[in-house]
Amino acid sequence: MDRYRGNSQAIAELVKGHAVHRDVYVDKEIFELEMEQLFPNSWIYIGHESQLKNTGDFITSKIGNQPVLASRHRDGQVYVLHNRCPHKGVKIASEACGNTGKFFRCPYHAWSFKTDGSLLAIPLKKGYEGTGFDTDQAAKGLKRIENVKIYRGLIFVRLAEEGLSFEEFFGDALSTIDNMADRSPEGELEVISQPIRYMHTCNWKMLVENQTDTCHPMVAHESSAGTAVSVWEREKDNFTETPMAVQLYAPFMSPYEFYEGAGIRVWPNGHGHTGVSGSIHQDYEDVDGYQDMMVEAYGKERAAEILGDIRHNTIYFPNIMVKGPVGILRNFIPLGVDKTLVESWVFKLKGAPDKLYERGLMYNRFINAPTSIVGHDDLEMYERAQEGLLSNGNEWVNLRRLWEDDEPEETTEVVNGTSERQMRNQFYAWRKFMVQNMDKAVEAAE
Amino acid sequence: MNRDDLIDFVYDEAAAIDQMRWNDWLALYHKDGRYWMPLEWQQEDPILQPSLMYEDRLLLTVRVERLTGERTFSQKPKSRCHHLMERPRILSMGEDDGVYKLRTSFIYTETRGDLLERFSGWVSHELVEVDGALQIMLKRIDLINFDAPFSNIQLFI
Repeated sequence: MDRYRGNSQAIAELVKGHAVHRDVYVDKEIFELEMEQLFPNSWIYIGHESQLKNTGDFITSKIGNQPVLASRHRDGQVYVLHNRCPHKGVKIASEACGNTGKFFRCPYHAWSFKTDGSLLAIPLKKGYEGTGFDTDQAAKGLKRIENVKIYRGLIFVRLAEEGLSFEEFFGDALSTIDNMADRSPEGELEVISQPIRYMHTCNWKMLVENQTDTCHPMVAHESSAGTAVSVWEREKDNFTETPMAVQLYAPFMSPYEFYEGAGIRVWPNGHGHTGVSGSIHQDYEDVDGYQDMMVEAYGKERAAEILGDIRHNTIYFPNIMVKGPVGILRNFIPLGVDKTLVESWVFKLKGAPDKLYERGLMYNRFINAPTSIVGHDDLEMYERAQEGLLSNGNEWVNLRRLWEDDEPEETTEVVNGTSERQMRNQFYAWRKFMVQNMDKAVEAAE
Repeated sequence: MNRDDLIDFVYDEAAAIDQMRWNDWLALYHKDGRYWMPLEWQQEDPILQPSLMYEDRLLLTVRVERLTGERTFSQKPKSRCHHLMERPRILSMGEDDGVYKLRTSFIYTETRGDLLERFSGWVSHELVEVDGALQIMLKRIDLINFDAPFSNIQLFI
């Protein structure tokens, strides 16, 4: 018998604020419900508009476990479509990206569709005459997803027909995306390369939580960042300047006090970020000419404001992290209750010096690659947690650091940077979007 | 250097890795040498195109020291690896620029605990002679599935 399906009470009880039940990480039914409820009810990132420059360009993605595609139609619009032939269900686009020309053509029976999804042609169409085909959903072509928002080029989609609007869902959290895009003198981001992909045998939420876990770097990354610091201390006399690599690694070893002071900001609906008043990205060397370009583009005051906002990691609930000052977006794509694909993208700031893109790419391979020593440290912890949670010795994961009895769940607030508040904030939102529409669906079925 | 010296060097370098003689292995690198794993097909630029690795001796030293660190938990238990290599093809004897170039097809196996992962591809060596010995200016690893989502690769292909 299902323990959680249709039982919003049981799901709500998994989240106690200062603790969450281990089923959120290990239970297969909970994972299925995340795919059915949480992801469709939330606004999910599927790609960037710059990946769809020309008519006929497309990208594929998934929302929960549902395949979607986005394509640039000849009217200049981006359409997001269910990636499934209305005939037999065959995926229309199988590659991560490409150009389909004037239309999509299903490789199975040659049904074809315009790049806005509408049906173009079916071979031997007379076989459908008088059959009532025109009343089928199939006659409408690839089903279009209506709730699409392109914000500073980032494409977000909400599958559920009803729910929070994009603006209601993200609110002030959009300020990190704004800051990242504003770092381009032209105010625009661009994707010009593929992401680094890294497979994780753990639940997707462990990765999301780790992004605002400021009490782990100096511990878990002692092996990588700590070794980088000690090797550098020994070797630095052989160098005339501090390499970019050392600038990127060393701040990971910042002490607890640094993170405490840097702060965490939480927003409603599970969004939040580390590095409110300073972050591990604050001491990178200036890039020649960049400052002047920014002043030229925005004026002195505004340029200083943009470059002075050096946020660390921003969680856009449920499953992406944006690192504004480095221009990185990490997409934590759930594949199974204990399997997560991480795709880490680097944005190019249009009109900015190449050195910034070089730094973003370097950061990405240092931290987010299957060959990354920092990544090795983290994955080891996730895998151990995924196994350890099967213990019946304790069914709860503890999130009590700097917890307060009357902690508000839907608020904007800045707190001590070592708080587990943002993790709790994510789970408040998790509970909300897991059960949203669930009771309604149960009533309708009854 | 004759052809056998070059071919032996490529095999010996892999042996140093398989036997985890890390300091011997690092010593094979020129002071400005690089270890490069591209992320794109026929990639040309290691700096402004994404790579899995593009590391100098400083960064390789960090990796090697990390592997034996007391608090390197992703190496408890330790990884081991194995290189199976086709005979290296010599692409250049460095007549023009003093850089010897070889390309070798490989199957690389890395194992840790109960897990075992296999990788296939080509390794390209660019070698120079310094004080009568060969050194690596560039070791480039092109995996056949460079764009697939791997789990950890902790040692060196």
